[in-house]
Amino acid sequence: MRGFEWTEPDTITGALDAAGGQAAFLAGGTTLIDLMKLQVMRPSRVVGINRLPLTGIRVDAKGLHIGALTRMSDVAEHPEVAHAYPVIAQALLLSASQQLRNMASMGGNLLQRTRCTYFRDIAEPCDKRDPGSGCAAVGGFNRAHAVLGTSPHCSATHASDVAVALVALGATVDLRDASGTRTVDLDSFYRLPGGTPHIENALRPGELITRISVPRLPWARNSAYLKIRDRQSYEFALASAAVALQVRGRRIEDARVAVGGVATVPWRLPGVEAALRGRPPGLRTFEHATADAADGARPLTHNAFKIPLLRRTLVRALMSLEP
Amino acid sequence: MSPEPERPPRPARVSRRGFIGRTTAASLGAGALPRPDQATAAAAAAAAAGAPGQPLPGPPGTEVTLRVNGAEHRVGVDNRATLLDTLRERLRITGPKKGCDRGQCGACTVHIDGRTALSCLTLAVAAHEREVTTVEGLADGDVPHPVQRAFIKADAFQCGFCTPGQIMSAVALVEHGPVGSDDAIREFMSGNLCRCAAYPHIVRAVRQAGSTGRKR
Repeated sequence: MRGFEWTEPDTITGALDAAGGQAAFLAGGTTLIDLMKLQVMRPSRVVGINRLPLTGIRVDAKGLHIGALTRMSDVAEHPEVAHAYPVIAQALLLSASQQLRNMASMGGNLLQRTRCTYFRDIAEPCDKRDPGSGCAAVGGFNRAHAVLGTSPHCSATHASDVAVALVALGATVDLRDASGTRTVDLDSFYRLPGGTPHIENALRPGELITRISVPRLPWARNSAYLKIRDRQSYEFALASAAVALQVRGRRIEDARVAVGGVATVPWRLPGVEAALRGRPPGLRTFEHATADAADGARPLTHNAFKIPLLRRTLVRALMSLEP
Repeated sequence: MSPEPERPPRPARVSRRGFIGRTTAASLGAGALPRPDQATAAAAAAAAAGAPGQPLPGPPGTEVTLRVNGAEHRVGVDNRATLLDTLRERLRITGPKKGCDRGQCGACTVHIDGRTALSCLTLAVAAHEREVTTVEGLADGDVPHPVQRAFIKADAFQCGFCTPGQIMSAVALVEHGPVGSDDAIREFMSGNLCRCAAYPHIVRAVRQAGSTGRKR
């Protein structure tokens, strides 16, 4: 690890001043410290933000509001979250391990870096880590890599589970810097890799996620997260699905669908949502509506299995909901 | 830079750790690699020789207060030092083990402010003034914690390297409510890997400790 200056302010403005566009913010550290040890990240200044007043979970008429420093385990175990938004609680409980969920903040979860082994290995070329150096995954071992939203420069998956659930539910994030606070749709917060895979989101240097908000959606009670992986626990997704259905009189009124583990960003599927509306819930509808879910997929050498897996994961997740 | 680390008085009897340390030093011979505490002492001596008010040589450091098992330690640390290395190398609290040092194996699990956390992914500077509990802090005097007794009774370890971390996770599970089904135990404990694969006995120990409740 490279040496760095350390400060730990008590106030948000203090943290923004201390960062000044150059530093790394440290919350749970489960991504940052790991990547600093690997020398993938080399900040010369680190600003600890755990003392900032950005924790707490509130449910009001507008929806659910989560302070960015609230820990994953606190959100996962919150009774109102589990009741009103099961897809969020399930996505969190299926993430990482208990220790990591206790440590990792919600804001940090949204910003976690990819698990691509080539990104994490500074001896390998990686356009995300070192722009212009190339992509070792293309000719390398790419079974876990993305098939959707990829470019010749990057096929690394976005590793977060809860981001998939939040994108499906139309969540927003509040971003704050010295000039003020802006609110951004989480779906548009994430950037496709294209020719600039090192730019992963809309966050500006020195800007801080302060809050995550999920709009009120009473029928999100009928939602679920399904995660398919190589192990039963403590493993990243090969494919995952976040689904919610509003069903009235054997007819789907509305739907929310997003997938993870298969794309470079949390991947919402508006086409699948549209194909579900107006139809009766059931296997035939779900298979029909998800037929084109992997449209535009570009498999690499070892990950073409994710195309049928993605569709089966979606169908199984939808089948688990109340018809 | 770091001052000389505080060291607890060495026990008179020969411990396994002391024996291994001495024999390793002897086999390396004079002039071999300095041990970390000697390197620290050398750096501290070098720093002391510098002019007053001058920035200290070496990487940036910070004076922190660590509250470990109810005792308070003031210690100057390199900002890069993890809580794990600081506990082990500076405070000589060696219950937390360094397995992967990447947040993947759980051998370094401690409690921070009452919840399980990985000390290898926690900076010592970020643990300033927080309550840290290691496996050394569980027993009530000479009486082991019920979870420790259950691990012994269920023969829930083989080599023992992962055991302090396993016990810290198990204590968190047992003390925070019903331990649930064996599947729920496995899920809660999935961040603690055991290369000897003592998992069936670990699950049994947690189940037993959970059924006897939180009483000591």
